[in-house]
Amino acid sequence: MRTAEALRMALEALRVNRLRSGLTMFGVIVGVLAVVILVAIGTGAKNTVEKEIAGLGSNIILVVPGQVGLGAAPTQSRLDLTDVAYVRRIVGDPSKVTVAVNSGESVRVGRTEVFTTLTGTDQNMSNIFDRPLRRGRYLSQTDVDTRRRVAVLGADLGAKLFGDVDPIGRQVTIAGVRFRVVGVYETVGSTFGVDRDQEVHVPVTTAQRLIGLPRINGIAVGASGPDEIEPLQKRVVAGLEARYPDEKFSAVTQTQLLGTIGTVLGMLTGVLAAIAGISLIVGGVGVSNIMLVSVRERTKEIGLRKALGARQRDVLGQFLIEAVLLTTIGGMIGIAIGVGGSLTIQALTPVPAVVTWWSVALAFGVSAAVGVFFGVAPARRAARLDPVVALRAE
Amino acid sequence: MQDHAFEGVGLTRAYQLEGVTVEALRGVDLRIGQGEFVAILGPSGSGKSTLMHLLGCLDRPTSGVLRVGGVDVATLDDSSLADLRNRMIGFVFQSFHLLARTSALDNVALPLVYRGLGKVERRAMARQALEAVGLGHRMDHRPSQMSGGEQQRVAIARALVGEPQVVLADEPTGNLDTRNGAEVMALLDRLNADRGVAVVIVTHEPEIAAHARRQIHVRDGLIEQDTHENR
Repeated sequence: MRTAEALRMALEALRVNRLRSGLTMFGVIVGVLAVVILVAIGTGAKNTVEKEIAGLGSNIILVVPGQVGLGAAPTQSRLDLTDVAYVRRIVGDPSKVTVAVNSGESVRVGRTEVFTTLTGTDQNMSNIFDRPLRRGRYLSQTDVDTRRRVAVLGADLGAKLFGDVDPIGRQVTIAGVRFRVVGVYETVGSTFGVDRDQEVHVPVTTAQRLIGLPRINGIAVGASGPDEIEPLQKRVVAGLEARYPDEKFSAVTQTQLLGTIGTVLGMLTGVLAAIAGISLIVGGVGVSNIMLVSVRERTKEIGLRKALGARQRDVLGQFLIEAVLLTTIGGMIGIAIGVGGSLTIQALTPVPAVVTWWSVALAFGVSAAVGVFFGVAPARRAARLDPVVALRAE
Repeated sequence: MQDHAFEGVGLTRAYQLEGVTVEALRGVDLRIGQGEFVAILGPSGSGKSTLMHLLGCLDRPTSGVLRVGGVDVATLDDSSLADLRNRMIGFVFQSFHLLARTSALDNVALPLVYRGLGKVERRAMARQALEAVGLGHRMDHRPSQMSGGEQQRVAIARALVGEPQVVLADEPTGNLDTRNGAEVMALLDRLNADRGVAVVIVTHEPEIAAHARRQIHVRDGLIEQDTHENR
């Protein structure tokens, strides 16, 4: 028997039992669409986070006190500006080292008050991080040296406080102290859920005085190239640990962050896909079940076909193709709905959803495989029917 | 010399029923030549259906040698046996066994699907077969749209379409009234006479068996009487 003939026969059988075929496919459709959508969401989340990390700039090393890792408690910093000078000596190029002091503060203009993150930093920040200016200027060395009360606003913060008015040269009140706005950053988005467009940057020295502590929270070092990152990272950590023998320091690179976060989100995506895969298998069991019913119902037909010269493999092929058609047609419908659903989610909600070709291919492949796997048992049963017994069946 | 259509020597067929061996055939010797018209008669339980299943290659003997068209069926595997059925034998059943949702034309063409013929060729041959049984005007009808007599004629067309050497008919008139039964028998007579196809009818009705030129009576798994025995 020709394959085209077997296909035509299987399609005909599915068409005849339209409702049953549809309901059987439903299980597969749900499974496949779940795989496609969940993987799309997982991938979207991963891409977003990766973009955020990459958006910080390139070849950045973040130096913080204590051990950094999943589940490690944050450590109280004992670093201060002398340590920054020390790290600058280790690195060699002072312009490639910057500093951060963070604190939550309220920022007020007239009656508009915004609670946000205040970051004390220095003139080298823009050498290391990608933080383009929209207007005005960056913080300068003089600002830091003379503890000027000047501020650079994130794009959204600027818009919130000043509306359409140009904020450059205007006053803002941070924690009760008046500052003059000297610059506004471009929109850069958020990192790890922190909206960087809401931040306000002031000179690190000014921030320390505002907070009342001489501490800093972290040091960022810019490496001159990807190959420089690792040796530099080791040198900085070793240097700091030599200076403070009882303490631990960590230097985290973007690559490491990407790796850690990528692993976590990749695992999450995998778990989601696996859960969706279970429903695909349940759908496959449904296919198997219905095929068994179908074989039983059509016992006489099978007997007749065998009497007319159908070989075991003809009958096997007929029922196997029927099962595979059920799951692959279901799979294609599931993919169509899944891709459509992902695009809808992407368009209508803030949840990022990225349809990946591998999830579509995987879902399709798995549904075809499910058809073969769960179709074999019923098809074999049909193929092995004794024609004498089958013809007599009622 | 031409091979016999069927040649059976010492055929037995035993079944295991709940641990008990039941012998349906207990040693049957039988030759049916090309173009013969034979009736196999016997009461129910006599073994005549079992004999027909053996002749139709739907089943294999427990012991003994059976040659169909000169080929020993014991030497054939399942697919070759299916091929032999497809080429050598046309079946006509008591309850027609037509595919319900399929047109007369495609029902008749079904055996040719398993011969690997293309659709156009199949349909042309099926059309001819249907015309030969006088149903040229019923090609697109489904079984449910036809009378019992017409359905059985479709089944005969299906038995003929592959140009087999033998048509095996199992109680072909069992589900038909007298008039339709007579029509079907007349058709089988004509096929035998015009085409030289051997016809083997299994029946328990003496009037039906009377159409055949040779009667084989089966009882208790043995041939009790064969009117052609002395040939």
